[in-house]
Amino acid sequence: MTLDQLTPGQRGRILRIQGVDSVSSRLREMGFVAGEWVEYVCRAPFSGPVKCGLAEARIAVRNGEAKRVEVELIG
Amino acid sequence: MATASDPSGKSSSKSPSETAGALSGTSNAHSSPAGHFRVALVGNPNTGKSTLFNALAGLNVRTGNYPGVTIEKKIGRCQASTSAGDQHSIDLVDLPGTYSLAPRSPDEMVAFEVLTGDVEKEDPVDLILCVVNATMIRRNLFLVSQLMELGKPMIIVLNMIDASQARGVKLDTDRLAKNLGLPVIATSASRRIGIDELKQLIANQCVSNRSHASDDASAKTERTNAIPRPDPRSPLSPAFAKAIDSVMETLVENNVPHHLLPNPFMVQRALIDGQHAAVGSPTAETFLSQQFGFCITRAIADQRKRIFESDAGGASVDLIDRECDARYAWAQSQLDGVIQKNASQHSGWTDRIDALLTHRIFGLISFLLIMFVIFQSIYSFAGIPMDVIDGLSGWVSDGVVAAMPPGMLRSLITDGIIAGVGGVLIFLPQIALLFLFLALLEDCGYMARAAFVVDRMMSAFGLSGKSFLPLMSSFACAVPGVMATRVIESRRDRLTTIMVAPLMSCSARLPVYLLLIGAFVPATKYLGGWMSLPALVLMSMYLVGVVVAVPVAWILKKTILRGDAAPFVLELPEYKRPALRVVFSRVWQASVAFIVRAGTLIFAASILIWFAGFWPGDHTRRFELESQLESMEASEQSNSESYAAAKSELNQAKGRLIEQSLLGKAGHVIEPIVRPLGWDWKIGVGAIASFPAREVIIATLGTIYSLGGEEEEDGLIGAMRASKHPDGSPVYTLPVALSVMVFFALCAQCVSTLLVIRRETNSWFWPALSFTYMTVLAYVGAFVTFQVGSRLF
Repeated sequence: MTLDQLTPGQRGRILRIQGVDSVSSRLREMGFVAGEWVEYVCRAPFSGPVKCGLAEARIAVRNGEAKRVEVELIG
Repeated sequence: MATASDPSGKSSSKSPSETAGALSGTSNAHSSPAGHFRVALVGNPNTGKSTLFNALAGLNVRTGNYPGVTIEKKIGRCQASTSAGDQHSIDLVDLPGTYSLAPRSPDEMVAFEVLTGDVEKEDPVDLILCVVNATMIRRNLFLVSQLMELGKPMIIVLNMIDASQARGVKLDTDRLAKNLGLPVIATSASRRIGIDELKQLIANQCVSNRSHASDDASAKTERTNAIPRPDPRSPLSPAFAKAIDSVMETLVENNVPHHLLPNPFMVQRALIDGQHAAVGSPTAETFLSQQFGFCITRAIADQRKRIFESDAGGASVDLIDRECDARYAWAQSQLDGVIQKNASQHSGWTDRIDALLTHRIFGLISFLLIMFVIFQSIYSFAGIPMDVIDGLSGWVSDGVVAAMPPGMLRSLITDGIIAGVGGVLIFLPQIALLFLFLALLEDCGYMARAAFVVDRMMSAFGLSGKSFLPLMSSFACAVPGVMATRVIESRRDRLTTIMVAPLMSCSARLPVYLLLIGAFVPATKYLGGWMSLPALVLMSMYLVGVVVAVPVAWILKKTILRGDAAPFVLELPEYKRPALRVVFSRVWQASVAFIVRAGTLIFAASILIWFAGFWPGDHTRRFELESQLESMEASEQSNSESYAAAKSELNQAKGRLIEQSLLGKAGHVIEPIVRPLGWDWKIGVGAIASFPAREVIIATLGTIYSLGGEEEEDGLIGAMRASKHPDGSPVYTLPVALSVMVFFALCAQCVSTLLVIRRETNSWFWPALSFTYMTVLAYVGAFVTFQVGSRLF
């Protein structure tokens, strides 16, 4: 499954980032690398970006980016 | 400086008197180039880098002409003593916050070029100060690992150490220093903990590095003759180092002299990033191919293929994937034994505040509420200081009138300079307040939330939440706003943001609004005085620009800037108490910039406009009447009939003179064009004269009314209220005032903005487009406002 499919409060482990382009590079540099934990926190108004917890940081990504992050659900 | 030239690199051999001289001394210690160092501040966003810069440099900062967030390169200066007590002058270069050294946006390219020393006009950097957020070291070490490969001396500053301690985390800085092989120092810039120690460390490092470098000249020549090699500390697989070496060999074979060879890290970036850079963004590969031509492009492509083939460890197809995996794994290994106690990940209260401020309903309500409070307070709090400035300029003007006989020079000073510059300076309190609010929102961490909350709405018409900060800054001034668009990676999003940024009502429009609202909008109060009509009109003027920006952005994204949606990845920092020093320094810089503008551009414009309103024309009779009146005032005859007659003759003479002047003639030529907007020739002249900067219209109107003898007791507002058409009807009605305001809300009357657009887009097309579309919009908007308004009221 992908990050956008989680529900608030759910946590997942990142399996991989799909695709090879500037979007995936940016995600990787920001810490979306395989093996990291990511928590879906909430969504912005009007189904806007997803706010998630990644390591010690809070990162907001749009739906398009969240769909690129493959995760495995934990708990 | 003794220390730097001391071959041993130690200053213990110095005599006490020398040390004392250096300590007390301003003398040769500062002027000597040997004692002068350049230090670059680098770090991820949200590491407190600006606060640290401020704590080190104070107000001793040089920026471009314009204030803003740390987008433009800022240089600060501080004095630092080594542990031996020698003072050195340190130039601090504040680079834009970045997550990675891969130059993917123009912003990151600046940082990259300054650090690698590939900028021709830049002195090389002596030392890198890498600011790391102590609450998220592992993430920040990604950038550290890239910086280490530049081969420059570096200090790691663990900033926000207090926040980390508050969470029960204990960090072993000595262990981290040992693991990294770099000096590490813990600081809290906002509480000014560790700043003096940091200064001393900077001075020590600079001195010892330079003395090592100048130590043996033979090593230096050896270095310049050697082929630069990749840094052995690199966590990337050896295949990368091999590839870099081969590219260097190719360059040498192509007769590139050794001292011109590129930084190995630059080659590494070209290998990794080359494949997928955003269209139109600079890359290391384009940079290198511009310098070395086709041979390097081919060598890089060959070597890239070789890495893919030879690197068995890389399961992933993508080089940047391998780079990130390697660097994050390295970061993890460096933290071995450093973090003593692992407490909860986030401080709870940031998440509790966020539960409200980023909520999908309450978040939006709080956003609107915050914006409303800002505009309401700008309007209501600035009244008192504005009255003071107004009184002051009246007092100065009276003083000049009393001290000088009537004549051309006195007219220049009172009608030109005081009426022009004073009329603009009065708005300083409001501008300071606006910048104060912007700085507070930015520094406490709310700005990123605002971007998060509005992103969906902004993406609906082709912008992103990241356009929010540049657009919000444009409410202060479009110049820093346009510069702040550098944080937007996508070229199309960036250009769209640049095109609509000047539509946001900047602080230069504020004086125009305030003047007209103050004169013509009744101060009706609603909700028991909590809301007033003038404040509502002011807010609507700000909304006009926003509302117009929506279709403009949408049309741009559907036509010349068509394309796929750009990525949006945004860090939401921890909330913190705003650092007052940082906030104060931004307000200070903004105010100084505004005063400088009033003292130069508007000063010059005031004089030119005064001259155009004064010449040609025979002013002898006018000056005679003025001195006659003043002697009558002195002998207390101001109630007599002859006084009143002379006064009315003077006003007629003044009115005739301004009609005959260049300004009057020009005004009558353009009158037919501005007539449909409800304007008279004076407003028309004001609009044209304000081409260099919007606030010049106030100076122009001030001068016209002052020269034209219409200035009454209550200054410009009174003169405008009293101003009549030849048929006796008032010039300014509410529809006229609104029409003027709408014109200024939408027009592109600002040379600085057009020039900064030219600079940022590197093309004349975009500024020309901004000017054309905005002028057309402004004219149409003012026309509609007046025509509809005069039928309604």
